[in-house]
Amino acid sequence: MPETTPPSPRPLLLQGNEAMVEGALYAGCRFFAGYPITPATEISEVMSLKLPALGGTFIQMEDEIASLGAIIGASLAGVKSMTATSGPGFSLMQENLGFAVMAEVPCVVVNVMRAGPSTGLPTHVSQGDVQQARWGTHGDHPIIALSVSTTWECFALTVKAFNLSETYRTPVIILSDEVVAHTREKIVLPRPGELQVLERPRPGAPPEWFIPYEDTPRGVPPLPAFGEGYRYHVTGLVHDVRGFPTERPDEIAPLLNRLFRKISQHFHDIQMVEEYLTDDAELLVIAYGSVARSARRAVADARAQGLKAGLLKLITLWPFPRRLVEPHLGRVRAVLVPELNRGQMSREVKRVNQGMTKVETLNRIDGKLITPGEILARLQALSGK
Amino acid sequence: MARREIRLAGSGGQGLILAGLILAEAAGIYEGKEVAQTQSYGPEARGGASKAEVVISDAEIDYPKAVQPDILLCMNQRACDAYLADVRPGAVIIVDGSLVDALPDDAEVVSLPFTRIARDLLGREMLANIVALGALAALTGIVSLPNLEKAVLARVPKGTEELNQKALAAGVAAVWEYQAAGKPMAPGAGDRDQNPPP
Repeated sequence: MPETTPPSPRPLLLQGNEAMVEGALYAGCRFFAGYPITPATEISEVMSLKLPALGGTFIQMEDEIASLGAIIGASLAGVKSMTATSGPGFSLMQENLGFAVMAEVPCVVVNVMRAGPSTGLPTHVSQGDVQQARWGTHGDHPIIALSVSTTWECFALTVKAFNLSETYRTPVIILSDEVVAHTREKIVLPRPGELQVLERPRPGAPPEWFIPYEDTPRGVPPLPAFGEGYRYHVTGLVHDVRGFPTERPDEIAPLLNRLFRKISQHFHDIQMVEEYLTDDAELLVIAYGSVARSARRAVADARAQGLKAGLLKLITLWPFPRRLVEPHLGRVRAVLVPELNRGQMSREVKRVNQGMTKVETLNRIDGKLITPGEILARLQALSGK
Repeated sequence: MARREIRLAGSGGQGLILAGLILAEAAGIYEGKEVAQTQSYGPEARGGASKAEVVISDAEIDYPKAVQPDILLCMNQRACDAYLADVRPGAVIIVDGSLVDALPDDAEVVSLPFTRIARDLLGREMLANIVALGALAALTGIVSLPNLEKAVLARVPKGTEELNQKALAAGVAAVWEYQAAGKPMAPGAGDRDQNPPP
């Protein structure tokens, strides 16, 4: 348990960005490298104030390529590490993100989404990077991406992101957005021990017996820190169990399959949703991030008008929580997917739906948050009342 | 308490975002309510239009922004022009009478000269936001005055506590005078040398 995170005796009023820093520190993050960017800057700012006081390291890097490179190096040295950026910086990080997937380096990458493409609308909200989080880096690869919608989630899901990252030796992306990042809400920071904090698997074997990328039942090889006496090779090339490049098909497929298997056999731990009034819902809203807050209000207003509406809030966006979404699709009359893009998550819902129910979209790409009223109007239209 | 939405609007530099933060902390930290506070974000915040919103409720807050404010504070004419039409029917509308002169005839508005009170009584125009907060709380009861004072003192720079307490008291006193008179304050009403204690 991190003994250095101060318990808060009374509630604090924190922005989402500030709560994310508290969550990272609670999880034991002691290294942050980043390049400030709107609307993620407060994360760097607060990290730069808090990390040195905890004996950690903050580095402002020359760019986002180097930022992710630096946290990969720090993580291999045994320190829990994080960076934070927005769309333009996230684009630059894609190459190193793939490296972290391939070399199985735990790290947390926060993307506070703003409207794009390119430098886009720096101060305006968006959810345009959802598919980029899935497929931004090249090659067939698994990825974990979580979505936050409240200040509390900015704290708790950052802790969870570190836990997933360490447990499965994989980069974890947190997708926030401008509204969540800058909304201030009351939060009572948990005391050490109240939330679970997990560490990466460490080798049990002595250094001379250590085989760095050998398969395990969980599919996650142990990871010693550089400097502890264990020698291993780290590469983005397809490698054998000792970490050296290979072109042998009988070594290539097992590695790549293991990278997927270590995620897919732990879907129960990784995939999270939150349900609100879904039990008897005939109209289901599927939403995430700041839009889920508009949707929750719209669902409550719809219920007050007698419409049987419910909300399925996606917390894990990737791997897409099919097993948690699918049962609802077979049951409801219609689904509405509001999002701040042209339909990046509704594609997934439609892919899983396979004609079971009607899936409609509600999209805004003008830098403004979808309002509860817009969602309510669509629910009314869908109900036919 | 059911959901209440407060919008504070004016221009960048009037301290409206700080005022929003203080109001949110008064309600959330000192009164134990649920709160969500948002604000205008972007280049327009510097010198241009500025806005802070606070949502207060006993229940968990879903949508964090104001939909139809129950309380609107306008610290300049532009804010009035932009937001007067957005409020919930029966909302409390408070304007800075020293900076707002054109109001619709049918608008039920409490006009108090916050900026002039801050300048004439306290010697600093920049205290207008705290004067306005004192008036807003006295007029609406959205937070108690002792809790508002705690929140103010926790946020303002060291050494300015007494001045800020005076600013709050001046805002409260302005409401008392307004209520006693039963009409908007006349020009020059800020030229007092005594504050009744809140």
